[in-house]
Amino acid sequence: MEKISRELKVSAIENGTVIDHIPSNRVFQVIRLLDLYDSNEQIFVGVNLESEKLKDGKGIVKVSNRYFADWEIDKISLVAPTATLIEIKDFCIVEKRKVAIPDKIQGIVKCFNPNCITNHQPITTCFNVVDKDDLKLQCHYCEKITAKENIVFL
Amino acid sequence: MKNKNLVSISDFTKEEQLRILDLAEKFEKQPRQKILDGYVVATLFFEPSTRTRLSFESASSRLGAKVIGFSDASSSSVIKGETLKDTILMVGGYADVIVMRHPREGAARFAAEVSKVPIINAGDGANQHPTQCLLDLYSIRKTQGTLDNLSVAFVGDLKYGRTVHSLTMALSQYNTTFHLVSPESLKLPGSVKRHIKDHNLEYYQYTDLNDVIPKVDILYMTRVQRERFSDPMEYEKVKDSCILSKSIMTNCKPNMKVLHPLPRVNEINEDVDTTPQAYYFQQAQNGVYVRQAILASILGVI
Repeated sequence: MEKISRELKVSAIENGTVIDHIPSNRVFQVIRLLDLYDSNEQIFVGVNLESEKLKDGKGIVKVSNRYFADWEIDKISLVAPTATLIEIKDFCIVEKRKVAIPDKIQGIVKCFNPNCITNHQPITTCFNVVDKDDLKLQCHYCEKITAKENIVFL
Repeated sequence: MKNKNLVSISDFTKEEQLRILDLAEKFEKQPRQKILDGYVVATLFFEPSTRTRLSFESASSRLGAKVIGFSDASSSSVIKGETLKDTILMVGGYADVIVMRHPREGAARFAAEVSKVPIINAGDGANQHPTQCLLDLYSIRKTQGTLDNLSVAFVGDLKYGRTVHSLTMALSQYNTTFHLVSPESLKLPGSVKRHIKDHNLEYYQYTDLNDVIPKVDILYMTRVQRERFSDPMEYEKVKDSCILSKSIMTNCKPNMKVLHPLPRVNEINEDVDTTPQAYYFQQAQNGVYVRQAILASILGVI
């Protein structure tokens, strides 16, 4: 296991999850999607950090003592497709992977069709991801497509 | 098919669709069969649709079922603010099957998820109207003797017409050649054209109805609505290009039939009604037999 030895701008955590390579302007959306506002754990947030991968700077979120299920973490792929997930135990990296766009998205996104039933009744939205490269979500209810440029987060 | 929901035409496999058509043939021969005696069919019309509602009520009555429901949301508890979920759960306790029409797209899919009794979608906004699609397939098969390898023209508003979209998808299973006649601004959407291409089928686009008449087995007419045009001048220019009259039908194939989901406004001249090609009123009547077949299958009595 690789020890974190190089100097970090944000302090290392003993146990928990680091979400790295978030586009800087999406950091707060990520925090919201992961429902961290009410968390009692220590959370470090960094924005506009230097990055080789992201020219405009990257954001980072470190959450102590929390590990996320795939379905929780994959939600953030919609706002931060470049993000990487690092799980840490005893200051060691035990898992590192990229976020993946899931096949199905429940909640989070509003259906772009103003006449969709989900925009008029208390119904959790649900989409099938029909194109992952050029993100296209097909509403499970009205069957209309919400394209990348029309995505609005709930 | 017992207890199956019918929300989109794709909820039924090709085999299931054909089974409905076969059953409908039997009901056409013998429409009065009391096989649903003691059953209750709910027709919930959150938006008015006289034709579809009457057709379902006729189908239910001829099978001996009782019909309950409303024909307009203003006469129901919806106006008091009841959620769709609550209405469906409540009616599910009173009826064995729910037939619903709703102005919002996706309403029937949602209802099917919360309901304990099967849902038949009788139209959800501009999205789906699968029983119309099945009665169209029935009418095409009945007049042509087959669904395979036909040339079908769709005429009118191909952009917004949900009937055209669903029927195009359904006919793509039968090696159909599509002829699409519409004003420039009301062409078939790309997603539906892609569906045709995905099935390795051909489509041809026209702006003048005259060009397709000698080529096709089925001429499926739809309304071109004035309100679809932002520019009224544009409407005036194109409105006559999609109007069928007896005089332009002289060179049609002998087996050609004219279909229309009705109501028509002026797109089929009344002089067409008495030609052997006119089939739209029979088509509407076929709707009763097809809906009898759907109700009987979903309630599992056949």
